[in-house]
Amino acid sequence: MQLTGAEIVIRCLQEEKVEHVFGYPGGSVLFIYDELFKQDQVKHILVRHEQAAVHAADAYSRSSNKTGVCMVTSGPGVTNAVTGIATAYMDSIPLVVISGQVPTAYIGQDAFQECDTVGITRPCVKHNFLVKDVKDLAVTIKKAFYLAKTGRPGPVLVDVPKDVTVQKCEFSYPKTISMRSYNPVVKGHAGQIKKAVQLLLDAKRPMIYTGGGVILSDAAEKLTKLVRMLGFPVTQTLMGLGGYPATDRQFLGMLGMHGTVEANMAMQECDVLLAIGARFDDRVIGNPSHFSEVARKIVHIDIDPSSISKRVRVDVPIVGNVPEVLDELIRQLEAAEARPDEKHLAAWWKKIDEWRGRNCLRFKQGKEKIMPQYVVQTLYEVTGGDAFVTSDVGQHQMWAAQYYKFDKPRRWINSGGLGTMGVGLPYAMGVRFANPKATVACITGEASIQMCIQELSTAKQFRLPIKIVNLNNRYLGMVRQWQEMFHGNRYAESYVDALPDFVKLAESYGHVGMRIDKPADVEPAIREAFTKHKNDLVFMDFITDQTANVYPMVAAGKGLSEMILAEDL
Amino acid sequence: MRHIISILIENESGALSRVSGLFSARAFNIESLTVAPTEDPSLSRMTIVSIGSDDVIEQITKQLNKLIDVVKVVDLSEAAHIERELMLVKVRATGKDREEMKRVADIFRGRIIDVTESTYVIELTGAGSKLDAFLEAIDTSLILETVRTGVCGIGRGDRILKV
Ligand SMILES: Cc1ncc(C[n+]2csc(CCOP(=O)(O)OP(=O)(O)O)c2C)c(N)n1
Repeated sequence: MQLTGAEIVIRCLQEEKVEHVFGYPGGSVLFIYDELFKQDQVKHILVRHEQAAVHAADAYSRSSNKTGVCMVTSGPGVTNAVTGIATAYMDSIPLVVISGQVPTAYIGQDAFQECDTVGITRPCVKHNFLVKDVKDLAVTIKKAFYLAKTGRPGPVLVDVPKDVTVQKCEFSYPKTISMRSYNPVVKGHAGQIKKAVQLLLDAKRPMIYTGGGVILSDAAEKLTKLVRMLGFPVTQTLMGLGGYPATDRQFLGMLGMHGTVEANMAMQECDVLLAIGARFDDRVIGNPSHFSEVARKIVHIDIDPSSISKRVRVDVPIVGNVPEVLDELIRQLEAAEARPDEKHLAAWWKKIDEWRGRNCLRFKQGKEKIMPQYVVQTLYEVTGGDAFVTSDVGQHQMWAAQYYKFDKPRRWINSGGLGTMGVGLPYAMGVRFANPKATVACITGEASIQMCIQELSTAKQFRLPIKIVNLNNRYLGMVRQWQEMFHGNRYAESYVDALPDFVKLAESYGHVGMRIDKPADVEPAIREAFTKHKNDLVFMDFITDQTANVYPMVAAGKGLSEMILAEDL
Repeated sequence: MRHIISILIENESGALSRVSGLFSARAFNIESLTVAPTEDPSLSRMTIVSIGSDDVIEQITKQLNKLIDVVKVVDLSEAAHIERELMLVKVRATGKDREEMKRVADIFRGRIIDVTESTYVIELTGAGSKLDAFLEAIDTSLILETVRTGVCGIGRGDRILKV
């Protein structure tokens, strides 16, 4: 049967079993929206700004491992979406973005709402396509879904000119795709894995460091099995949290710029490091030459060869998909006669426990001012550690990562690579669509939340009972912290003036608002939000201590062991 | 170190911008870049000359391989290879310079492919260093215009870059 391009777009989404599309209509996608209207298999979520559409689709994927889908119109629709696309790209999140484009005959003529979408998005997508002929449309969309999800995942954009949505052709959706130029490696090299096993068994001070790759590839269970088998300490990056149960003794907490003493010291002083689905980035290992001063053997498992030996030289590179590589690693370990040396391992754990004894995340909650850490800790307790937690970017993000202990993968949703303020609320929306019964909290700051505050309207329309935990310090807190520590207390433009009354603001959108300014009210308020207002969106505005800083801290350019600790430690 | 990287890439619109965009986004250096379709019109072959440490060149080849449209990448300079560049030079050729210019072109095995009363266009191929040497051998004040293609290269013997 002959279908129009617009019909084909919707049929492809149906074939891909897409349930939700986040988007915003406009001139160039009108025919596609018309087809959306005529069916009810694919539901469209109308956001209030295209950036939020992409963030929501992104979190939809992060929290479920499905591919997120969004749709935007040409020109400003696309440019608004760019921040969302770049955010997903930096964290390797599988997305398919369908964008409208002016008719092919107008391309290059500075037509109304024209922009060079493929050019603008090229550096922040895994791949993109401009479909010039309706005959290529179905296969291109199939390729987009295939590319987004395989190999190192990432966003893929398909730009569809308006005339292509009107042209007709025979529709058939390809079942499989093979591309001579794209063949991601899945299985790791058995010989390399053998070398890794040998190194791990010979280690005296071993350490396991894992990142977002473990979450993205759904390898948490296998990782947990491996870590328990070996009895080694494990740490995680901001993107890797939940890959191993945070409440387990073998977990040393997050590492990096705001990592724990035990994680950073063990990372620095280990003699064999097993890195899995992580990329040694600057926020994680600090200064690479300081890191390399200590001689250690590094085994690195990653699906992307270009992540290996990029910032730190690796001794045993293993390219492959993490679950497949871990299977083989576990198999070879089970087959090996040797076991890790218990005496050395016990001595190593003794050292680690000394570092752990510093209790670096300690804080004092007095009677007057609410400490932000206390709010996160209480949220953790009240939700039994079982909520999906999204965050924005800043101090609150770090406190969320430090004080909410994630035992399960895909529960901690934040922008690690790009560090995009504004993601928190749309992320919470995406999580809730992917997990319709889930408890969802958004830990944010009074500055970040205002970057996508309009989504309170979307949340009302779709009755999303998100619990917003606003750690309101009246400052761009993370900026203020750097200014205090590195710029002589000159707080240039970091004071957030003229704040709205968040309670009234929430109420005006039809939500519940609360202001909490006493430590004693923190727990009752959170309890009330999760019980009495279980089915409502609750905006909890916590007026917190303005001087609180995130510790420990490794200053930019410093080594991992050169942490600044809270004063009384 | 100077490396010559050869790439087979799907002959799609925008393929060149993906490669050049990668070099600028990651601050890799490009000395020259040439591109044209191969005998199989669905594929283009690019030759990129870049200068960088071994670590940088390793990243360049890995990042190129990561581009979805790239089918194959080889670093030609890792083994025996041949490189060639084409140059066209327009020179003033009058009076006694006319004879001298022809003589030098002959020495460099250049060919005169356009002649007017006062100018020659000389065509030269060879490694980049040979083209440089020619420009040094003639009187620079006589050079009116030069154009070079950038390097293209191929492996010697059994080294074949094909799908
Ligand atoms: C879109 C964007 N702009 C600027 C920044 C730089 N930045 C990082 S943290 C921060 C302050 C965030 O303030 P707030 O949301 O109140 O959180 P707090 O640090 O106070 O917890 C800023 C401006 C950013 N990460 N993202």
